[in-house]
Amino acid sequence: MHKRFRWRHIEELVIKIMMILSTILIAGSLAAILLTVIMKGLPGLNLAMITQIPKGGYYLGKEGGILNAIIGSIYLAGGGTLLALLIGLPIALGLNSYASDFQGHDTRWSILVRLALDVMWGIPSIVYGAFGFTLMLFIGMRASLLAGIIVLAALELPILTRAMDEFIRMMPLELEDAALSLGATRLEVASTVIFRQLLPGLATAVLLAFGRGIGDAASVLFTAGYTDRIPTSLLDPAASLPLAVFFQLGTPYPEVQARAYSAALVLTAIVFFTSLSSRWLSRRLGRFAVK
Amino acid sequence: MRSRPILISKSIWDLIGGRIWQPLQGEFGFYPFIIGTIWVTVIAMLIAIPPCLLNALYLAEYARPVTRALLKPLLDLLAGIPSVVYGVWGMIVIVPWVQHVSPSLSKLLRIKVSNPTGYSVLAGGIVLAVMVAPIIISVVYEVVESVPDGLRQASLAVGATHWQTIKYAVIPEAIPGIIAAVVLGFSRAFGETMAVLMVVGNVPQVPTSIFEPAYPLTALIANNYGEMMSIPLYDAALMGAALLLLVIMVIFNLISAMILNRIIRHKY
Repeated sequence: MHKRFRWRHIEELVIKIMMILSTILIAGSLAAILLTVIMKGLPGLNLAMITQIPKGGYYLGKEGGILNAIIGSIYLAGGGTLLALLIGLPIALGLNSYASDFQGHDTRWSILVRLALDVMWGIPSIVYGAFGFTLMLFIGMRASLLAGIIVLAALELPILTRAMDEFIRMMPLELEDAALSLGATRLEVASTVIFRQLLPGLATAVLLAFGRGIGDAASVLFTAGYTDRIPTSLLDPAASLPLAVFFQLGTPYPEVQARAYSAALVLTAIVFFTSLSSRWLSRRLGRFAVK
Repeated sequence: MRSRPILISKSIWDLIGGRIWQPLQGEFGFYPFIIGTIWVTVIAMLIAIPPCLLNALYLAEYARPVTRALLKPLLDLLAGIPSVVYGVWGMIVIVPWVQHVSPSLSKLLRIKVSNPTGYSVLAGGIVLAVMVAPIIISVVYEVVESVPDGLRQASLAVGATHWQTIKYAVIPEAIPGIIAAVVLGFSRAFGETMAVLMVVGNVPQVPTSIFEPAYPLTALIANNYGEMMSIPLYDAALMGAALLLLVIMVIFNLISAMILNRIIRHKY
């Protein structure tokens, strides 16, 4: 009896130490990534880097910057998010008003749609890219900003829709009931009452999808192409930051590789800024929501 | 749809089982790529799962609120880092490290290594493990959180230690969710392109040990898309690879989504 008592406490201790060690390991390796990117990226980072487009011989280590990729990435991710929002918002609202029976129970239809979205979420981005590319060939399009935006929208759609959907589901049902009992139609309930309540969740979901879109390289690899210029129309090819990192890293010149590190730093900074501002926004807009 | 020509001209088992990849001669065997993908993913999961589970349990059960409040946002933030950045990190840190340790490690394991570069299955596995860690941790954390407190209290009340409570009461309750989290992480690792592409070496061969380079399916598609137009059946073969990937992923994701949905419905 006495021995058993001691053994289980030793076990407890051992497990606890292992847990703390693995926590340190994970937090440490994640911190290491950030440190590496910052350390490697900072030396190459300067004003010209983020305010100029590549000049002649840029990939041989000459003058220029990666403004084309920064602008291209923002166009791509911004356009993709907007398009995904236009399609995803009605889906998310519909899932929770028309497709459910107003008592918080799911219909077979809504379960199916959610499952489909969850599965789409997990499909690798390279498959989206390959699919988009095939479609482009089919209708005879060239690599362009528009194609990149469409593929990114397809990639972001499940993320955006499911995130919004979760927020809508957390909404108190009494709000809907109250509005309905006052004689509002389902559309009015969805567009005014639910929407107002949902603003913080919406902002979070949008920024989440934006962050995912801007960091994705595999899907835009074939669809948006790569160019040294800033796109002026939807049909121009567009550069993007992840690809800028990837291509510059592939060159044999150390100066250009240093710029790849800086581009990675810029990209990470944008993603972090997006993530932080989504937190801030959801807190700020959350003041107007009924808890 | 695009992959139809090759599915017609070759049997599916020829494609999956074929070991030779020589588009110029019309040989399209996916076998090395499938095996490459599986190797990298399995290594990644072997590295990732134990610390991730321990970490998630720690966060959900032991950690003080301060630690939790600090680590959770950090994990969320890190789940959002673009895969290219993980790839850059892999190239700067992991590949040289693997290069450095692989001679002595392989001597220890008595494997002959003919790859001096460090771009290998092991490097890809490590990078992927770090990449999927935030995802696995946050899902397991949610699942463990959703285990009702009554179970814990009952177990503690009969004199179990905290770990015994976790082992006999919490984990059995959470096990479907933990499996779903692992499947989710597995599928994320399976479909990852850029980070793997950058560190795994891209040699179309069946890797014989973790120190050899490999060539996963995703990297195959990404690397060859530009030139596929010039060789007959090449584009169909690549679309076939994409299709294969799609089918595998849909199956994995259906499994994990269905398990997770059931858990969440039980919760309410």
